[in-house]
Parts: sequence; structure tokens; C-alpha cells
Amino acid sequence: MRTFLQSTWGRLAVGAAVVIAAAILPLLAIDIPGVLPGPTYTPGTLTVLAYAMLIAALALSYHLIFGVAGMLSFGHAMFFAAGAYGLGIILRLLAPTGMPSEAVFLLAIVLTLVIALVLGNLVGALALRVSGISFAMVTLAVAQAMNVMIRRNVGGLTGGEEGVTLEVDVVPDFLVGVVNTRNLYWMALAILVLVYLACVWVERSRLGHVVAAARENELRVTVLGLRPYLVRLFVFAAAAVLAAVAGMGFMMLQSSATPRISTSDFTLTLLVIVVLGGVGYRWGAIVGGIIYTLLDQRLAALASAEWIQRLPDVLRIPLSEPLFILGMLFVLVVMFAPGGIVGLTHRVTRPRGGAKDAEQPAALQDVEA
Amino acid sequence: MSTVLLLLITGVGLGALYFLVASGLSLIYGLMGVLNFAHGSFLTLAGFLGWEVGRRVGDGSWGGLLVGMLVGLVVGALVAAITELVFIRPLYNRHIEQVLVTVGLGLASVALFEGIWGTDPIQIRLPEWLGGTTDVLGANIPNDRWLLIGTAAVVLVLIVLFLQRTSYGLVIRAGVENRTMVTALGIDVRRAFTIVFAIGGAAAGLGGVLASVYYGQVGAHQGTSLLIYAFIVTVIGGLGSLTGAAIASVLVAVIQQFANFYLGGTGDIAIVLALAAVLLVRPTGLMGKVTH
Repeated sequence: MRTFLQSTWGRLAVGAAVVIAAAILPLLAIDIPGVLPGPTYTPGTLTVLAYAMLIAALALSYHLIFGVAGMLSFGHAMFFAAGAYGLGIILRLLAPTGMPSEAVFLLAIVLTLVIALVLGNLVGALALRVSGISFAMVTLAVAQAMNVMIRRNVGGLTGGEEGVTLEVDVVPDFLVGVVNTRNLYWMALAILVLVYLACVWVERSRLGHVVAAARENELRVTVLGLRPYLVRLFVFAAAAVLAAVAGMGFMMLQSSATPRISTSDFTLTLLVIVVLGGVGYRWGAIVGGIIYTLLDQRLAALASAEWIQRLPDVLRIPLSEPLFILGMLFVLVVMFAPGGIVGLTHRVTRPRGGAKDAEQPAALQDVEA
Repeated sequence: MSTVLLLLITGVGLGALYFLVASGLSLIYGLMGVLNFAHGSFLTLAGFLGWEVGRRVGDGSWGGLLVGMLVGLVVGALVAAITELVFIRPLYNRHIEQVLVTVGLGLASVALFEGIWGTDPIQIRLPEWLGGTTDVLGANIPNDRWLLIGTAAVVLVLIVLFLQRTSYGLVIRAGVENRTMVTALGIDVRRAFTIVFAIGGAAAGLGGVLASVYYGQVGAHQGTSLLIYAFIVTVIGGLGSLTGAAIASVLVAVIQQFANFYLGGTGDIAIVLALAAVLLVRPTGLMGKVTH
């Protein structure tokens, strides 16, 4: 059984089963009290699940940079924001032109992807001039400047603190409104599958192998006559485009984008998700993204629970701050379970491969050495 | 002319604040290779506790402020030392994980501060003199800038004296230069780690109290927002270089002030452009080591 599950066909079958199960979820009435806000067919629950899947897709794109290429970027949220804001702004600019709404919608998507590609290449080209911690700081600084520009409403496009709302006239009808939450859920699922397949493709390609090799030993890759800079730049830009795809999905789902999604805190959340799930594992990013989002939602609900409010201050204040609990959980995972959730399950389910699986993920080893 | 002078001196004042944060970051990175994302939290916590103690001693008086600064200094040093002992030391030589731990601590502590002191910044009362201005060649310089510049200068001198004149300073300087060699000579560098963390934390704690003087308020996000500028300063100055941090903080703050005034509030973008320019010309920063 185990051998079948680990074969290519077995993996495909498991993957297809998971996707189909997720796809028929809106048609069922599964109620998990304490985890989901309501039965699975209700718009509220579907929105939460769709959001969780988009965050998972974003985390997957971050996994390409951090887990595969071993680059610690603190600016990934800017590409997500570029996707969300780009789509919103371009739709608003193109809406009055009188083109058919389908054409406007498609054109806006293509233009947003182009913007993300250009932005990813520009930022990557600059930041990759340095490595390790300096790379992290450069991405952080650029993202911060973007965040400031978005908040200050430079050029009158981003709407300052209020953000940008979706121009619903030019969006296909089946993706608008609470009635169609189900369609938005399927859209989010499709985006997640798409990003997953793109990640598999990049990781399995020769370029993916070179970038992973450069993470392990840059000098050796250079001596072999390969150029780590270019492959890293490609992975960085690819991750930027994938993040923008997730960002566009976010815009469709939430109908608005606020500066919050471009803050460095949002990128740090991604880092937390990837590490919680397990660095270096594609499944880790997905599981981490979904668990984190649901935890965040539930902890916020917990904070307003009555029994928490009656506790003394010393216990009440930490327990009513979701980010405090998640942050400390993250610290514990980093210190005591470097493989994250997926690493822990591997340790339980594959005791015989223990030596290999208990190894810490390569991306976490010192990048400066 | 008076505008230029005003911008210049206020810029140096802001740079003094940046330096208090960046000096610790740079020293810690230089010796241990740890980028400390929790540094902003040391700052915020010291700012809050300094204010809480200071206003009980004498709200809006010099005594209150000085006691607050002292409390900030001690709190910063203690919290930093504890962070190093509890969270950083177990992950010895695993740099990325050390960064991740400080990221988690930073996120969690800001949430905790929000829970305790609320999400909105609290306005504070200061001695009257600090709210006034001094006339220098026709420019009205806010008085709090002198306090910032003076304190940062004292801190700079003290840290330099410590590094140059004490045996621990010698170990730290040697450790920044070549840690493996220092360890090979049989010197326990780990104690130096805690000391560097404590010094950096003390400077940040002092910076936290002074940041509340500069902005006239204390808030849960004050440290985090200053931390980003401090990161930029450390990269421009060269990671691990105290002199670089000092020069770069003044440079960054002055550029920021001038761009904000003359180029319509583009200070933050100007800094990022400056960072890009420095990285393109000298990837190791102004005073950074060329190779490891």
C-alpha cells in the first residue's frame, strides 16, 4: 500500500482525490464546529476556505523562493499586492473605454501579469546583487517603499488607506456577489492547483535543479560553469508572477484591496506559514496556509469568547491576541520542530526512513557558509 | 539658508535616533551573524516602561524623563540579554533559524504590546524646554533634537571606549573580524554574544525612550517602523561596522529630510534609491568588510 501511494500514479491519484474532494465541498453540508464558521455550503464558510486556499497559493509561491532557492525574501507581499492592486486599478482605468467587458477583464489580467513579471525582474535583479541577510534587507526596503507609496496614494491610483475596490461592471457576472461565492471558491481552488502545478514544473525542471544546487553550494555550481544569478532571477520572477495570480484571486474574492496586504508584516506572516508547514515541502506550504488562516480566524473568535473575557488580565491579554499565540507557536516550531507540520507527520508515519526524514531541511542551514 | 540648516540639524537629530537602533543591530550582526528582528520590540518595550515609570516619578518633568531614560536603558539591556540566552543560544550557528525566531518574537511581542497598551499611540507629556525651539543662525531648531544628538554622541563614545579600552571589547572586535580564530585561541565568545546583545539592547532601549520624545507619543508599532530604517542604515553603512552605522544613519536621515521637504514627501523612496545605489556600487556597504 505504501509503495503504491509513493509511486507516481499513486501520488497522482491522491492529488486528484484531494482536489475532487475540495471541489465538491460546496455541494455538501459538512459542519465542523470550532474549525469552520458554519456548514460548508454557506457563503461565509466558503469565503474563509477560498481565502485560505489563496493564502496557501501565495505561500506556495513563497516556498519557491525560500524553500527551493533558499533566498530569504522579506518583500514577497509586494507582488501579491501588485496582483490585487494591479487588477483593480487596470479594471477601473479600462472600464470607461467602452470595450466589451470580457475583453477588458482579460486584458486587465494579462496586463497585471506583465506588470508583476517586470516588477519581479526589476526587484530581483537589484536584490540578487547581494545574498543572504543583505538580500533579505533589500527586499524588505523595496517592499517598504512600495507600501509607503500605496498608502500615500501616489498618482491618485491606489486610494490611500481606503484601498481600491473592484469595478464589478466589467467582471463576468458569475464571479460577482454573495450568490456566486461558490464560483469564487472554485476559482480559488483552480488558482491553488495552477500554482501548485507551476511549482512542480519549476522544481522538476533543469533550472529548478540548478537553483536547488546553488542553494546547497553556490561555489560548486559556479565552478561547473553555470550562473546562479540568472536561474535565481528566473525563480524570483516566477514566484512574483504566481504571487500576483494569488493576488488577483484575492481581489476577486474580497472585491477590494487595502494597504495591509503590502506590509512587511504580511510577508512575515507568509514566512510563518511556510515554516509552520515545513520548509522545503510543497505540501507544507499548503497545509500551513490553510491551518494558519483557519487558526487566525478561530483565535480571533476565541478572543471575544466569554470565558476568555472573564480571565484575569495576565491570561486574558495574551490569549486575546491571535498574533501573539501564532508568533509564539512559530518560535516553538523553529526551536523544537524544524520540519514543521509535514516534518512531524513524516517522523510519525515513516519511522524507518527516520535518519533521512529527521534531517533538518536544507534551506534552513546556514546560507552564508 | 536657514531652511537648509534646519533640515540639516533635524536630519542629524533623526539620524541620532537611527544610530541608537542601528548600532546594536550592526554589532550583533557583525559578531554573531544574526539579524535581530526583535530589536524593534526592545525599543518599544523600553519606550513603554520608561514612560510608565517616568510619569509616576514626575509627569512632564526632567526628573521623570531622566528616570525614564535610565529605565529604558536597563530594560533594553535585560530583555536583550534574556532573548539571547533563551532563544538565540540554543540555535547556535543556525543563522536563518535565529532570524526566524527573532521574527516570531517581534510579531508576538507587538501583538502583546497592543493587548496591554492598546493599538493607538499614547500622547506623552514632556519637559517644557523640549517643546520649544532654539535660534541657530535664523533657523528655529526644535530643542528635542539637541537631546537626541547629545545622547547618541555619548552612546557612540561609550561604545567606542568599551570596544577599544576593555578586554571584552577586544574579544568582540576580534570576534567580528574572525570568530573562528578567536574560538580557536580558547576564548569563550559566547559570553561576548550576551554582552553585545545587552549593549545593543541598552542602546535600543535608550532609543525607545528618545523616540517617544521625538514623536511625542508611545505606540506599539514605534519600534517596528524605526527598525526598517535601521535595517537600511546597517546595510548602507556595512553590516558589522559601528562607524559605518554612525555615518549611514546621519546620511540616511538627512537625505530623508531633504527629499521630504524639497521633493514632496518622497523621503522613504529616496532612501530606497540610495540603498539601491550603494548596493550597485559597493554591495558590502560603505564601511563593510570586502570578504569574509
